[in-house]
Amino acid sequence: MRAPGGPEVAVGDVLLSVENVSLSFGGVKAVSDVSFDIRKGEIRAIIGPNGAGKTSMLNIINGFYHPQQGRINFKGETRARMRPHDAAHGGIARTFQNVALFRGMTALDNIMAGRTLKMHTNFFWQLLRYGPAMTEEVEHRRRVEEIIDFLKIQEIRRTPVGRLPYGLQKRVELGRALAMEPELLLLDEPMAGMNMEEKEDMSRFVLDVNDHYGTTIALIEHDMGVVMDLSDRVVVLDHGIKIADGTPNEVKSNQAVIDAYLGVAH
Amino acid sequence: MASNASAPADTFPKLLIRNAHLYGARPSMRHKDLGVWQTWTWAEVLEIVRAYAVGLHRLGLKRGETIAIVGGNRPKLYWSVMAAQMLGAVPVPVYADAVAEELSFVLAHAETRFAAIEDQEQIDKIQSVMERLPKLEQMVYDETRGLRDYDHARLRSMSDVIEDGRKALADPAVGAWLDAEVAAGKGSDPSIILYTSGTTGASKGVVLTGERSIKAATDTVKFDKLTEKDVALAYLPLAWVGDHYLNYAQGLVSGFCTACPESPDTAMADLREIGPTFYFAPPRTLEILLTRVMIRMEDAALIKRKLFHYFIGVARRYGEKILNNQPVPLTGRLLYWLGNILVYGPLKNVLGFSRVRVAYTAGEAVGPDLFAFYRSMGLNFKQLYGQTEAFLYVTAQPDGEIYSDTVGPACPNVDIRIAENGEVLFRSPGMFSGYFKDDAKTAEVMTPDGFVKTGDAGFFDEKTGHLKIIDRAKDVGKLNDGTLFPPKYIENKLKFYPNIREVVAIGDKRDFVCVMLNIDLTAVGSWAERHNVVYGSYQELAGHPLVYDMIEKHVAEANRSLAEDKIMAGAQIRRFLILHKELDADDGELTRTQKVRRGFIADRYATLIEALYDGSKEADISTEVTFEDGRKGTISARVKIRDMQVVPVPVMGRAA
Repeated sequence: MRAPGGPEVAVGDVLLSVENVSLSFGGVKAVSDVSFDIRKGEIRAIIGPNGAGKTSMLNIINGFYHPQQGRINFKGETRARMRPHDAAHGGIARTFQNVALFRGMTALDNIMAGRTLKMHTNFFWQLLRYGPAMTEEVEHRRRVEEIIDFLKIQEIRRTPVGRLPYGLQKRVELGRALAMEPELLLLDEPMAGMNMEEKEDMSRFVLDVNDHYGTTIALIEHDMGVVMDLSDRVVVLDHGIKIADGTPNEVKSNQAVIDAYLGVAH
Repeated sequence: MASNASAPADTFPKLLIRNAHLYGARPSMRHKDLGVWQTWTWAEVLEIVRAYAVGLHRLGLKRGETIAIVGGNRPKLYWSVMAAQMLGAVPVPVYADAVAEELSFVLAHAETRFAAIEDQEQIDKIQSVMERLPKLEQMVYDETRGLRDYDHARLRSMSDVIEDGRKALADPAVGAWLDAEVAAGKGSDPSIILYTSGTTGASKGVVLTGERSIKAATDTVKFDKLTEKDVALAYLPLAWVGDHYLNYAQGLVSGFCTACPESPDTAMADLREIGPTFYFAPPRTLEILLTRVMIRMEDAALIKRKLFHYFIGVARRYGEKILNNQPVPLTGRLLYWLGNILVYGPLKNVLGFSRVRVAYTAGEAVGPDLFAFYRSMGLNFKQLYGQTEAFLYVTAQPDGEIYSDTVGPACPNVDIRIAENGEVLFRSPGMFSGYFKDDAKTAEVMTPDGFVKTGDAGFFDEKTGHLKIIDRAKDVGKLNDGTLFPPKYIENKLKFYPNIREVVAIGDKRDFVCVMLNIDLTAVGSWAERHNVVYGSYQELAGHPLVYDMIEKHVAEANRSLAEDKIMAGAQIRRFLILHKELDADDGELTRTQKVRRGFIADRYATLIEALYDGSKEADISTEVTFEDGRKGTISARVKIRDMQVVPVPVMGRAA
């Protein structure tokens, strides 16, 4: 946990910055002229009321949407557009608002799937399951087992994920994202639909990931309590426009944010 | 190492050294880590424990001091026990799921300066009550995750402590010093302090000595013919006498291998992979397993279901007789043989019982049907009776003399006597030397001639010569008309139904018997799914009229069965209710070993009990609940009460 009231955790250089990005679908402006940055090692929250453009923002960051205007700078490389697999190769992993796992596969296989990009032996070696392919597979499996241990999901290792409760599916999805050993992890509402206990567990895992693996995390979350506890800095969107950016305390007392959430008296 | 192998070892460290000599290359401990079973041989364990002991000594642990052991079944925690004993320090295991309150009570009472702890969760728990533990100085932990940012002034990782000890042991003088420490250990020194689960109030520290523990374990190892080739899975609480006896003491005496599960939730899968030969399960675990099997069979395809039920029928008829070497018709043997191939074998394999040679159940009375089910599968399940003060065993059933309603004759070298009030008294080789810092209590339970009062009422069965336990001596009561009222007996009749999880019977000094019960959420939930009963919580399901109807049928059956027994016919159940919440150890309603605490429940649910006897049709109740993190909340509900028909007592001499 962050030391309460103490100085914010020192964060490093800028890992990713978004500059004057705008995105519209036909006449609907999802994101307009938004700029912010994510620094190495921090937990960065993106919050806002429904329809504020939070998920669109994540989709822009990992290359799924291409903004009409603006630039994205990731690890010093500036680009106008890239494709999701470039983002994945570049070290960006994500989880989804609605769990997107292979439902018929076991938790183990799902997380193993996250290692795909790290596999180097060719298809034929893997078919033979011999020689370098086997050595590689063992190494990947070890990494995956470490993640299973880390997320404490040993008991569901061999369970098809379709049979698991929602909270555990979310954890498996986090595991799959971790298997990519990302530099930047995007979490789209990791605690949506969870009860208090599951939220506390998940918060602990998010902090542990940040602490243990040193992963930079950008997350969208609706539960303000969770956001305030977890994040180092918060950016607030409303109707596609950035209305505030700063530490949780700064944001909490920002009048524009209060208005966006509570509505303005007319 | 200078140890006189000829003299019988009277402390556990001496046994460890003996085992490293005798079975050096054989497995001593297994643990599943990162999905792979890791194995340590006796020689390796000795090397680690020696290094660990030196490391602990360098941290300041001295002879006679206590060290708390907090956590689940993990090799490093068992080694913490061994290392402490090697130094002559006394380990004090604490239940891993104890709430901070209970934890601080034990640690403060045992005056521990040291604690060996599993992980961050347990450390957080201890730190939350730190101000009540002024004596606690050093904590060593096993699992490092999440602890990096903690203040390490009083924290060390076990691996570092072991490594530190290993470096120090490079100096032969240190090795010689440690050998001398082990040799200085006397069999009459306290070897461990086990805190009782507190069925009857605050828990007490039971002091056991090495010599007596080893004597008791030697007797039972011989009794069950355990050898270094056996394997056991350690999945029950480390702080419970059963685990310390069955796995730790018997493991060191016989040299068998103890396997630790990967996590508490994987125990069932691990059981299957390890395939233990020696197995212990409390009746509750057996119940849960059976319930799970039955539910899965309900969902199986028709042909499988039919096959299962047919052969279970066959097993019920012939299985136990075959196991007891009694005469069975040839067709019966053939059918049983076929059933073994088609049903029992695969079922045992799924449950992890394929290699089980000796299995015990104890802790509570086991339902006769439940017990018969497992035995009819060909599993040599036996019952034993014992308690922490006896270092577990008082009686145990020998092979071939198994009855579900007895607990067997006295174990080798155990003397049993029944007091005038029906209380069972015993004197055994493994009995405790006293309660820690509580001579008054010790004097209370000891008779002048050295017997220990168990607090249980029982008698020797005339036919078999086995001991029968009816109930806690102080719990056996009488109805106003003088009818005998043993609450457990009635509760157990109901608890055999998979739909019923927990029962509390009331009747002492009352006109008739009433029960409050908990439904089993797994079983009834699965029933609800199949019958399109919609519910949102335990509370809602428990109050559903259809659920009440179903439970009513069970109670009626129990009444019929009670009516068959002449003495018990008057104790039939007149009224019942289903509680709005599950009884929970965190709320103090069950002990940590999942036994019902009747007195506490009677106070807590006084309004409900009143309603049971004043004829109301429903009653309001609101109870405080404690969550796992210690926060409190309230549950309130309106609970319905049902009246029951009573089976008329059959006229003597006529079949009912």
